[in-house]
Amino acid sequence: MTSTTATPITETPTGAASTSADAIISVRDLTVAFGSRRVLDGLNLDVARGEILGFVGASGAGKSVLMRTIIGLVPKVSGTIEVFGTDLDGGDKERRDVERRWGILFQHGALFSSLNVRQNIQFPVREYLKVSERLLDEITMAKLTMVGLKPEVADRYPSELSGGMIKRVALARALALDPEIVFLDEPTSGLDPIGAGDFDELVRTLQRTLGLTVFMVTHDLDSLHTACDRIAVLGNGKIIAQGTMADMLASQHPWLREYFHGKRARAVIG
Amino acid sequence: MSGPTLEQIAKGDGLALCAAGSWTARFAPALEKLVGEAEKLTGSRPNIFIDVSQVSKLDTFGAWLIERLRRALTNGGHEAQIAGLSANYATLVDEVRRVKPAVPLPASGSALTAVLDGIGRNIYGIGETLVALVDMIGAVIAAWFRVWRHPSKFRLTSVVHHLEQVCWNAVPIVVLITFLIGCIVAQQGLFHFRRFGADVFVVDMLGVLVLRELGVLLVAIMVAGRSGSAYTAELGSMKMREEIDALRTMGFDAIEVLILPRMVALVLALPILAFLGAMAALYGGGLVAWLYGGVDPSSFLSRLREAISINHFIVGMVKAPVMAMVIGIVACVEGLAVQGSAESLGQHTTSSVVKGIFFVIVMDGVFAIFFASIGI
Repeated sequence: MTSTTATPITETPTGAASTSADAIISVRDLTVAFGSRRVLDGLNLDVARGEILGFVGASGAGKSVLMRTIIGLVPKVSGTIEVFGTDLDGGDKERRDVERRWGILFQHGALFSSLNVRQNIQFPVREYLKVSERLLDEITMAKLTMVGLKPEVADRYPSELSGGMIKRVALARALALDPEIVFLDEPTSGLDPIGAGDFDELVRTLQRTLGLTVFMVTHDLDSLHTACDRIAVLGNGKIIAQGTMADMLASQHPWLREYFHGKRARAVIG
Repeated sequence: MSGPTLEQIAKGDGLALCAAGSWTARFAPALEKLVGEAEKLTGSRPNIFIDVSQVSKLDTFGAWLIERLRRALTNGGHEAQIAGLSANYATLVDEVRRVKPAVPLPASGSALTAVLDGIGRNIYGIGETLVALVDMIGAVIAAWFRVWRHPSKFRLTSVVHHLEQVCWNAVPIVVLITFLIGCIVAQQGLFHFRRFGADVFVVDMLGVLVLRELGVLLVAIMVAGRSGSAYTAELGSMKMREEIDALRTMGFDAIEVLILPRMVALVLALPILAFLGAMAALYGGGLVAWLYGGVDPSSFLSRLREAISINHFIVGMVKAPVMAMVIGIVACVEGLAVQGSAESLGQHTTSSVVKGIFFVIVMDGVFAIFFASIGI
């Protein structure tokens, strides 16, 4: 609590798609290497509070690596990462405080296979908050309703869910503690176009109602087009372009032209 | 960030509940208490306003608790309304308004019925296990005959690969353990036989025990723990990731492709390991008899020749392939029974080893009765 009063940013009511200048995530000169191969090389990136940032790049360019580095799963060689104005290299306590204010949706859901949906969603809540079983169940139902699932799903196990349902449950779990930032790793991959469209809509709605900041790694041009406020492009270990969809379409960078003006892109954007 | 409060202010014939501060997940325990107390409100005032204009921060937890309060008061016969919502938070409250009451967990019975329930299910499970084992034996035999008729279907590479895993790689540990067991048996025998001057009979005991029983039994238990568990885990994780389904759709028979090579490898490996194990145990026993008991190698060998016949050796070795089959069948049945979760994989791997060892010992008992009846 004390750490949050130090940063007045968190007190401002987070509203609809406010692209205010204050950066909620700020990455400076980040370098990540596996052996001698540099995946990220002096990368700089800011994510503003309340925006949905779409993050694109060629397969293997290091999109997921950047996400995993920010959330602390991949060690970095150099550079600084600040989230909510807290340097993540600071103490363990500060880090844990930050960790409970973000939620992560992994590419394949990463639901705990031996827990049912209810237990999966309740797991982080149980760990951090001392609340009654009744409230836990009610909050679980609220989260399931928010991600568009029926209450009956609560007692199923992950192996009994479809791909789209797994993504939704994983999102409900990521949202369990009402985080301020959610990281989504290819949230619409493996979903049918209708399901993917619904998911984009869902992310939009949640961002509006909860004032979320969303960091979305994606390849889905539809998502970029409909859900994202801003797009950042990764190439050669750096951000090669960032801006709105219109900026991307206007860019003369060869890779961007191919990405946003290719056959598939034309079908989407027209 | 200030903590949440809920104040009651009387207004004419109405009552205003003024919420203020942070109504967020961080303060959930305090919020729950506040709302729990307010829910019990009774009184003559029919109109209650829940005023949230002073709330500095609201999230799903806070919004839900306000909504829950409204529902409870409405059910209590009041006219409850939420007032003072800002535009941002109105959508959030609308969102939680769609939430239906939590589905109650299916009522679990008393502890006693749960225990009885568990026992019943386990006993029923024994029948199912036996059926699954017989089913698998049948499937493996059928696959064996299919391969017999079309030898080109036999997967030699796979067999060799598994043979390396279960036989060659197991040699060091099997030899080491049986060597040590041989040493211990000889030492204990000498220690006790010496008291009535029967030192030399330790060779008889060692020879008969190791060749008939200990060698093959110990090695079978080790193989069940080492390779049976590996088979279950391999097949189980393939089942979890739908690899076995993929094989089926390509027109392959999982028994022929995955299980038969493993069974063949195990049936070849166990006699070899049992033989090596028996030799190592005899060597260890002989070493102890010489160094500790003063029985020199040449008299050990001549005594051994008198004490044991080829029958003892055959009795031991005949059991090995049968035990290998039992271990293999149990491991494969358990592997294919794995469900989607990591927990299930762990359970089936455990029960593969437990059941494998249990059946090995049962088989050993059956063999003992059989050989006693035919008099060898």
